[in-house]
Amino acid sequence: MTANPWVRPYVLTGGRTRTRHHLYVHTLVSVDHYDPTAALRLSPEARRLYERASFGAQSVAELSAHCGVSLGVTRVLLEDLAAADHVLINEDTYASPYDHRLLKRVIDGLREFA
Amino acid sequence: MAFVSSPDRAVPNVTSAKIVVAGGFGVGKTTLVGTVSEIPPVNTEAWMTQASKTVDPLNGSEAKTTTTVAMDFGRISLARDLILYLFGTPGQPRFWPMWDDLCRGASAAVVLVDTRRLDVSFPAVNYFENDSDVPFVVAVNLFDGRQTHPLDQVRDALGLADTVPLVTVDARDRRSCVQSLLASLNNTVEKTSQVATR
Repeated sequence: MTANPWVRPYVLTGGRTRTRHHLYVHTLVSVDHYDPTAALRLSPEARRLYERASFGAQSVAELSAHCGVSLGVTRVLLEDLAAADHVLINEDTYASPYDHRLLKRVIDGLREFA
Repeated sequence: MAFVSSPDRAVPNVTSAKIVVAGGFGVGKTTLVGTVSEIPPVNTEAWMTQASKTVDPLNGSEAKTTTTVAMDFGRISLARDLILYLFGTPGQPRFWPMWDDLCRGASAAVVLVDTRRLDVSFPAVNYFENDSDVPFVVAVNLFDGRQTHPLDQVRDALGLADTVPLVTVDARDRRSCVQSLLASLNNTVEKTSQVATR
């Protein structure tokens, strides 16, 4: 899945395989202020993720798929980008995926969608 | 997740939720996701090679030319600040380590079954019965729009507990797919009503 088949994943992540915070595949990532100069200093993979995220809030999985960067590598790189203040990782509005306020909103939204 | 370091920043307040669409190989997960998704289903689907044809037999669904070898997913923007993601689980057992990852943080799950090949969905039913806390419903995919077996027979054949809702779905029909998603969410509401946040 990684766009460049010659570069091994551990090179891209500096040997790291896990992140300090768990990023769900559906966790939303966005860019508040895109800085082209900062983008130039990033690795090609990190730059692709940063540029793509600047189009609007997207999930970790979308960024991974669109940028051709495997999910595991994407997570590590996004955490680096967040630590450097390049991207924002949206905090979960609800503590639980079973929160009835969230479920009700999704149910109402789907009824309207159907 | 406390990543946002400067609170004065305008944080886009968008919420996301996730439903997992599981089931055996070739039961219509990718079709269902594609039917309701507002974006072409983003996937890492690769053309099935000659070599894997012996590994992944498809009796009764010979027309299928591709198979999902990793995750595939779709998106439904329900409101300006609410996005629902659908994640299809990889069908083949060799991709099972991904299931835990995909199911983490899911609000509900739909296990798709094909009555012509019920056995391919046994592992998925088993997974949600025993290895996952995510509340699930089972949806019989009506491949030709016809129901070939009564639902109670399907329930018996799957060994499904009475507490698990069993519905039918036409994976090619948007309204039908949305109904199955609603069934899964309503099931979660019911199953979690004792521990709900009030």
